[in-house]
Amino acid sequence: MSNQLLALDEEKVRKARHLARSIAQGVQADIELNTTVSVERTVARLYGIDGANHAGVPLANVVVDQVNGAGCLDRGISYWIANAAVALDRTPQQIAEECARGLRLTDLETQEPNRVAQAEEDYTNQALAAISRQRQRREALKEKLGLGREPLKYVIVASGNIFADVEQAKSAARQGADIIAVIRTTAQSLLDYVPYGTTTEGFGGTYATQANFKVMREALDEVSEEVGRYIQLVNYCSGLCMPEIAAMGALERLDMMLNDAMYGILFRDINMDRTFADQYFSRMINAYAGIIINTGEDNYLTTADAFEHAHTVLASNFINEQMGLAAGLQNWQLGLGHAFELDPKMKNGFLYELATAQTIRQIFPEAPLKYMPPTKYMTGDIFMGHVQNAMFNLASVMTGQSIHLLGMLTEAIHTPHLSDRILSIENAQYVMENARDLAQEISFRPDGIIQQRSAAILSQVVDFLTEIEAKGLKRAISQGYFADIKRPEAGGKGGEGVIRKGIDYSNPFMNRMQQELGIKTGAGKGRPF
Amino acid sequence: MKPKDNVIKPYGDAWGDGQVQMSFTLPVPAGPTAMEAAKRLAAQMGLEAVQVVSMKDLHGFSHFILYGSCRHSVDLDQISVADAGEEAMTFEEVNSFIAEEIGRKIVAVGACTGTDAHTVGLDAIMNMKGYDGDYGLERYPMIEAYNLGSQVPNEVLLQKAVEVKADAILVSQVVTQKNVHIQNLTELIEMAEAENLREKLIMVVGGPRIDRALAAELGFDAGFGPGTTARHVSTFIARELARRL
Repeated sequence: MSNQLLALDEEKVRKARHLARSIAQGVQADIELNTTVSVERTVARLYGIDGANHAGVPLANVVVDQVNGAGCLDRGISYWIANAAVALDRTPQQIAEECARGLRLTDLETQEPNRVAQAEEDYTNQALAAISRQRQRREALKEKLGLGREPLKYVIVASGNIFADVEQAKSAARQGADIIAVIRTTAQSLLDYVPYGTTTEGFGGTYATQANFKVMREALDEVSEEVGRYIQLVNYCSGLCMPEIAAMGALERLDMMLNDAMYGILFRDINMDRTFADQYFSRMINAYAGIIINTGEDNYLTTADAFEHAHTVLASNFINEQMGLAAGLQNWQLGLGHAFELDPKMKNGFLYELATAQTIRQIFPEAPLKYMPPTKYMTGDIFMGHVQNAMFNLASVMTGQSIHLLGMLTEAIHTPHLSDRILSIENAQYVMENARDLAQEISFRPDGIIQQRSAAILSQVVDFLTEIEAKGLKRAISQGYFADIKRPEAGGKGGEGVIRKGIDYSNPFMNRMQQELGIKTGAGKGRPF
Repeated sequence: MKPKDNVIKPYGDAWGDGQVQMSFTLPVPAGPTAMEAAKRLAAQMGLEAVQVVSMKDLHGFSHFILYGSCRHSVDLDQISVADAGEEAMTFEEVNSFIAEEIGRKIVAVGACTGTDAHTVGLDAIMNMKGYDGDYGLERYPMIEAYNLGSQVPNEVLLQKAVEVKADAILVSQVVTQKNVHIQNLTELIEMAEAENLREKLIMVVGGPRIDRALAAELGFDAGFGPGTTARHVSTFIARELARRL
């Protein structure tokens, strides 16, 4: 339980949560109408379809594009794969390989429904068992080795080469990092497929592929044993392939995923229906796999003013919480994001940062909050940057943040050098240990700047959510309510990959996960009449 | 005692002491060998009286902080930098300059092009709010600014420029790993030339690794590096357009 330095107006917190639930429900109705090519490729991948054709197109894409091209994807890819597997007595992988050589799934004869249903059930069971085994393995390792002490030190590696990333990641873990994120190569978010195999070329990051996930997880398992802490691995469940990346992460035992309900719409101009449907299934998979999601509200403050728009971060935290819970995530899996982005020249800026961080901490007591470092006001002055990061570290330990992305003194210059990362870890270790129990020793004046700022933000949040609830989330986004960015309701990338579900649609994973996670919707089933 | 000539070297706390601070990592564990290697490297880089003030072991790597006296110096009389004296106008001055010299709004289209998803620089120049107290182009009454955001293909940027009859194109490039920006910027200029648009447009580029010389080499009218705010860009565009009219 976090400390209660601030007196929050509990009535306003309840109201905000209630409004956010209503906003999330407003989108849920749309989510249940549609499936997407990425959702269907995820089913194909979970059925064991891996690899690529001679042109490098992943077989999951080959199969789904073929059925979509025949106008039959509204039934869900599960049925078509299972029907073919029964008809030809082959595994899904063999079917996909045949498709690459010209087999047409929709030309095959319709098989006996019970046998097809049985095949679907068998494949689904196999995949869910594999995910569950990884979840149990993670829990056993956490139990055996333990985790670092919160705020957990989170660093990024971004060399472009997975094997170089491994060296950087091990070095960081040995120096004290608790969490390693492999930044994706720029623009992967807009690829409508997931590349195949290990990769050694990337720009500003490394391709997220299942093979790369496996290489890094194995390396971190080794180093976890060596340092006596379970080192957690993060990647990006965002962009056009949200649920596929979730499935790959679930199978390869990633521990956290960047996974925001609105990020793709706002910052990558991805179609709203696409993102909402994709985020829902991806979060369901993350929920089932025991993966902690990280939401991306910190980004709002890089495009909009961090002081004037602090309340939009908290409002989005409320919405992300409700959309996450709707997809079956538990509170302990909701790494809601926020950031330390005020202008360092601002008088009392640190007090305002404390006010926001502590408010969010108290409102989401069970959530492993993700706190992001200064970026917008980082310059080439690395000496000043190091001090800004020290202030950020202090705010984080004082307000009990959980996942602490370490600021790099070279933030404005390049992807981190090995020594940048280590200087940052040392900075955090020093500040956090030196001020470890500071928050227990102090209280905030009831009429003071921090308390008043907190109360003002909470009031703004209630007003802001009230407006959004009245408009609906899609219209609010189209009018620039978040991050000063406007996105048209029907526009954006990837919209052509949204498919209205047919009455005979089925997604066995959604159905099973909904049952097991206790979700009360019918998103895995056909469209109601 | 300060000599009268214009030949200078780094200044620590006395004229001519040449004091330089440096830090780097070597891919060997800390120890006497690594220490000696660091000193020799520093000597080869032109430092004398090298003092390693910190050597830290980073598990197979070693990190050094060292000081030394730079043996080289630079003659200021030998330096001539293009346009060095040109002062940027203020927000108000740019707007009245445009009103008086051009007599209509300037249309500017900005984007992070290619695969680049980092809009922080573009937003600092274009967004209403601007950066560090300097308003962005969207706030200028005499500039009609379009911010296309991130990952905009070069052809889309040019299309938009034609559609809104742009006077100027602003490109931001943050990701420069393996020189991906060079390729992308070259492509933009080639496309503009192929479409017969190059002469009609003022084309500028900005980013942490961009400078005037690189921009000129790639065929841009100007390049803006770190520390640029909106008034630097607006001043250039306004003056350049006035010059061309």
